[in-house]
Amino acid sequence: MQQVFSIPKSMKENFRYTFCPGCDHGIAIRLVGEVLDELGIREKTISSTSIGCSVFIYDFLNIDCVEAPHGRAMASATGVKRAQPDKVVFTYQGDGDFASIGLAESLHAGLRGEKITAFMLNNTTYGMTGGQSGPTTMMGQITTTTPTGRNKEYFGYPIKMAEHYALCDGVAYSARVALDSVPHINEAKKAIKKAFQVQLDGLGLGFVEILSTCPTNWHMTPEQAHERVRTEMVETFHLGVFKDITSEVK
Amino acid sequence: MGKIVIDNNRCKSCYICTETCPKKLIKKSDKTNRLGDYMVEFVDPNGECIGCAMCAKRCPDMAITEVYR
Repeated sequence: MQQVFSIPKSMKENFRYTFCPGCDHGIAIRLVGEVLDELGIREKTISSTSIGCSVFIYDFLNIDCVEAPHGRAMASATGVKRAQPDKVVFTYQGDGDFASIGLAESLHAGLRGEKITAFMLNNTTYGMTGGQSGPTTMMGQITTTTPTGRNKEYFGYPIKMAEHYALCDGVAYSARVALDSVPHINEAKKAIKKAFQVQLDGLGLGFVEILSTCPTNWHMTPEQAHERVRTEMVETFHLGVFKDITSEVK
Repeated sequence: MGKIVIDNNRCKSCYICTETCPKKLIKKSDKTNRLGDYMVEFVDPNGECIGCAMCAKRCPDMAITEVYR
């Protein structure tokens, strides 16, 4: 019998995920680990981690990590990459960390065209602190700080980072993927690989926004939460590749 | 004919795998693991598993550690 699935070699030995049941962080970290294996870059990869549930990546991936202040992972990653240009540097952040608290750092890293890779997990809420409304909270969504649902008069509209990044000239690749089904997971892996590849080729910043679930704070079962991603979230956050300069290069 | 290996100490009973399996070969067990969660078990008496690895790809806790085809 042929083995068709195994745990990535980039994962630490005897790890056990500490996320809630049904949380998509586990799949996203596995995909990053698989891509590091396939590209053979684990030994020279440095991660700049965030604050939030996404910080636990350093417990599970067998790579070097820098812990950044809240939202400043892209600034730390810029410093690491400029000091050691031969290393592969990536950040792994949540939506509150990346698009709210660290929006200035994130957006300006894109405008400067830093040769780094960024992943943003978008679960439309602040997961670790108890499900408050975040910058990506969808219209009408009920959270602990929007008890009557997000309305445009009081809270405004959600931010769409993949489209914003596609407008930055320094960004080489910007895509949005989801993890709600096996075809989407396969596409997500391709996008993650491409985001690392543009960094290795020195073309610019690679960015992937990953739609994920937070069953605990959405008060749903894991399968209901994935159904919400499949039906509601993709209506607001359209999946696809918004910028890819490698397809324009002749 | 395929086979999967489940690490029950990683399973958190989200039951995504039971919904995902196209042959419905993964079932809720009546045993609990050390966390007190009702585990899942792989029941395949007729050798129906095709080794598609969809359960492993969707498992958020990487509790399905190996898939053979």
